[in-house]
Amino acid sequence: MSSETAKPYTMVVGLEVHVQLQTESKMFSWTGTEFGLPPNTLCDPVNLGLPGTLPVMNGKAFELALKTAIACGCTISKYTKWDRKNYFYPDLPKNYQISQYDLPFSLGGSLPIPADNEGNGGKTVRLTRIHLEEDTGKMVHTSGQESEVDLNRAGTPLLEIVSEPDIRSSVDARLCLEELRLTLRYLGVSDCEMQEGSLRCDANVNLHIDTPAGKIATPIVEIKNLNSFRSVERALNYEAERQYAKWKEDGLTIKDAPKETRGWSDPDGVTKLQREKETAADYRYFPEPDLLPVVVDDAWVARLKAEIGELPRERRERFEKAFGLSEYDANVLVEQGKDVADYFDAVVARTDQYKTASNWIQQDVLRTANAKGIRVADFPVAPETLADLISRVGRGELNTQQGREVLGKLIEADGTGDLEAIIEAGGYKMVSDEGPIREAIEAALAANPKAMEDLKTGKKKPDAIKGFLRGQVMKATGGKANPNLVGQLLDAMLSELGG
Amino acid sequence: MTKDEVAKVALLARLRLNDDDKGRYAQQLTSILDFIAQLGELDTEGVEPLAHGVDRTNVFREDKARPALDREDALANAPRRSAEGFLVPAVLD
Repeated sequence: MSSETAKPYTMVVGLEVHVQLQTESKMFSWTGTEFGLPPNTLCDPVNLGLPGTLPVMNGKAFELALKTAIACGCTISKYTKWDRKNYFYPDLPKNYQISQYDLPFSLGGSLPIPADNEGNGGKTVRLTRIHLEEDTGKMVHTSGQESEVDLNRAGTPLLEIVSEPDIRSSVDARLCLEELRLTLRYLGVSDCEMQEGSLRCDANVNLHIDTPAGKIATPIVEIKNLNSFRSVERALNYEAERQYAKWKEDGLTIKDAPKETRGWSDPDGVTKLQREKETAADYRYFPEPDLLPVVVDDAWVARLKAEIGELPRERRERFEKAFGLSEYDANVLVEQGKDVADYFDAVVARTDQYKTASNWIQQDVLRTANAKGIRVADFPVAPETLADLISRVGRGELNTQQGREVLGKLIEADGTGDLEAIIEAGGYKMVSDEGPIREAIEAALAANPKAMEDLKTGKKKPDAIKGFLRGQVMKATGGKANPNLVGQLLDAMLSELGG
Repeated sequence: MTKDEVAKVALLARLRLNDDDKGRYAQQLTSILDFIAQLGELDTEGVEPLAHGVDRTNVFREDKARPALDREDALANAPRRSAEGFLVPAVLD
């Protein structure tokens, strides 16, 4: 929303996402699916397209696909079959890709996108369909007259998820992808590593422009080569500006020009026209005779539904309802990955200081984990220990500042520190006796006569002066004073002095 | 079927046909299509379209990986090859 609303056009975006399923073996044959092995070390007679071989479907791949569709609220087809998409390109040696054309295993569905702090997201993107197919091999265009083909990836189970053109900004496109990745990771369907190609995204984009003659739409462009979340956002922004400038120049609309395919060049920050694509009819789809159809009954769907745990959007809702977190806080804890939300759950199961738990995990825990380059699942302080510490702060045994220092010591001790011993040794005990605090306030007032003067003359705001004095008192007491008590006593003493 | 249609299908199938071929195939394909078109005379009202010729469904393989072919075997039939891969005429996206 933020900056897009000022533009003289509305960006209209639909995504087409390909996701490799987390299976041990390929879609229709038995070789493994590991990433990063030497070229052509994951070939078998089926994915080489050798004569006389027949594909047999991977049951787990089909179930992972079904789970995804169920989680996205898609309509599951009772009857689904496979089709051949025919084309000649060396990335698949059998000259066709096994895919799904007119009877995909699921249709419809949607993905709700959480809101961020800047007014983006907070809407639902409808899905057109999800279907299964096999991945292709990789072409390496070496210099010279030849290209090298690596068929390791050929035949890896691939889910194609197509959205409706419901997205209206580049930020929303990124948020949509992030939510999709989070959901797929929760489901254990895919690791969604964009840099390893296990999640790939193409975007269809055009503009709606209000003109005196009515609303017009620019020709649709499909952007390819989007290999990071950032490049999705950058490419869409670039492409929108390009389309707007082009429309101002030639006035061509969706009715005058066909859809074109452009590739995103990350280093140049531009999209470039790609070769003309064969149209859908040219793929000469026909039913794959080598594979049998699949019938999905209600019992199967019910069993898979039961296996699906809490989804990210359900978890956010629970965090808001059960622990009183704001939508923003709930989202930060959930979007950082399952292990962060699991850690939060483990802490709040043992303390009722939910808000403090949320704050400390978002700040101290995440910052330390990022700095150390570790997952929160491997965080050196056990959730039980953090819960104990937070409870002590909640009971007033330590103040917040002391609590944070203790957490710092626990992190330094790398999991070997004993909470009780650290508190004892550091003298981390909040001082709630009025005597010493009064003395500290008097000392602070005596040392800073100018503060009192400013207060009387109204030269500075009372809150600023009080804040300064409170800081002096906390410093004088070694950070141990009960901050609430300091505030109360300070107010009382200042009003006695007529401030 | 016209010669132009034959030319288009030939291109998609990567077949190189001369003009005589195109004329001959246009005739032959037309008679094949006419023959098949006889099916259209049947009344199929209320008959579900057939998606597969074999009356079986839900045949799955267990998700277990087995060793791949030795790379030398995988590349054995390649018309051109490098140490690690198949070589094809340069294709640029």
